Amino acid sequence: MPAGTLYRGREGMWSWVAHRVTGVLIFFFLFVHVLDTALVRVSPEDYDKVVATYKTPVVSLLEYGLVAAILFHALNGLRIIAVDYWTQGPRYQKQMFWTVMGLWGALMVGAIYPVLGHAARVLFGS
Amino acid sequence: MATDVTPADEVELTGSSITYSPDNPAPVIEPPRARTTRTPRATRGNFELWGWLFMRLSGVVLVVLVIGHLLIQLVLDGGVTKVGFAFVAGRWASPFWQGWDLVMLWLAMLHGGNGLRTVINDYAEQPNTRFWLKTLLVTAVAFTIVLGSLVIFTFDPNIR
Repeated sequence: MPAGTLYRGREGMWSWVAHRVTGVLIFFFLFVHVLDTALVRVSPEDYDKVVATYKTPVVSLLEYGLVAAILFHALNGLRIIAVDYWTQGPRYQKQMFWTVMGLWGALMVGAIYPVLGHAARVLFGS
Repeated sequence: MATDVTPADEVELTGSSITYSPDNPAPVIEPPRARTTRTPRATRGNFELWGWLFMRLSGVVLVVLVIGHLLIQLVLDGGVTKVGFAFVAGRWASPFWQGWDLVMLWLAMLHGGNGLRTVINDYAEQPNTRFWLKTLLVTAVAFTIVLGSLVIFTFDPNIR
């Protein structure tokens, strides 16, 4: 690791890094997502053509990644609010981080079938 | 007694002071932090404080709006397979979902825009780079908010 890129490391720093990375990713997705939705003002055919690509297995995997980024950003954002406003927040930030990771993991397992089920049926037949 | 001034009590004027007298007083120098009519009313605003507070308030609302949106679009009723023009038309027939999407659009773009502003402030060091990145950011955010709002308000299910 080059000098100057590590601030203490551990949960506090890495959750901050992950919050930034997921935030920037979500912002760029949102920009594209508003553009694709704007196609409903062009024609139903053009909109449906673009949405059809969202139902392919590769994009389904990207959607699963998007869900991962949004869920982490949402849960960690609530943790940040707790650190800021709850008097015991800073003391328990590590425990809250691992609670966030546990909830995130459980939700990601739960999202496998709804988000990736269709891709699996396309790839392996239903 | 007090009126007697002996030569030893007289202040000896030196340097530039010697040219000033009651008839020719020295110029008044403003104290450095004195407020004058030209001083802006508030020299330091609370923009960063409001930005910080906005991130937390909009964040809480967005958790509900975005996770609800994900549930509807990607999880319930067959997930993404059901999404199409007809599905969008069905949802935007209701002012409730139009309002939901409009609030989500505005809050998410402003939340993301302010987040990227922080990232630019942290990593772009040249004043020129910062200026152009922020100009690009403001343009993109304004464009997306205006386009998205227009799409929601002018949506026409019978476009064909």
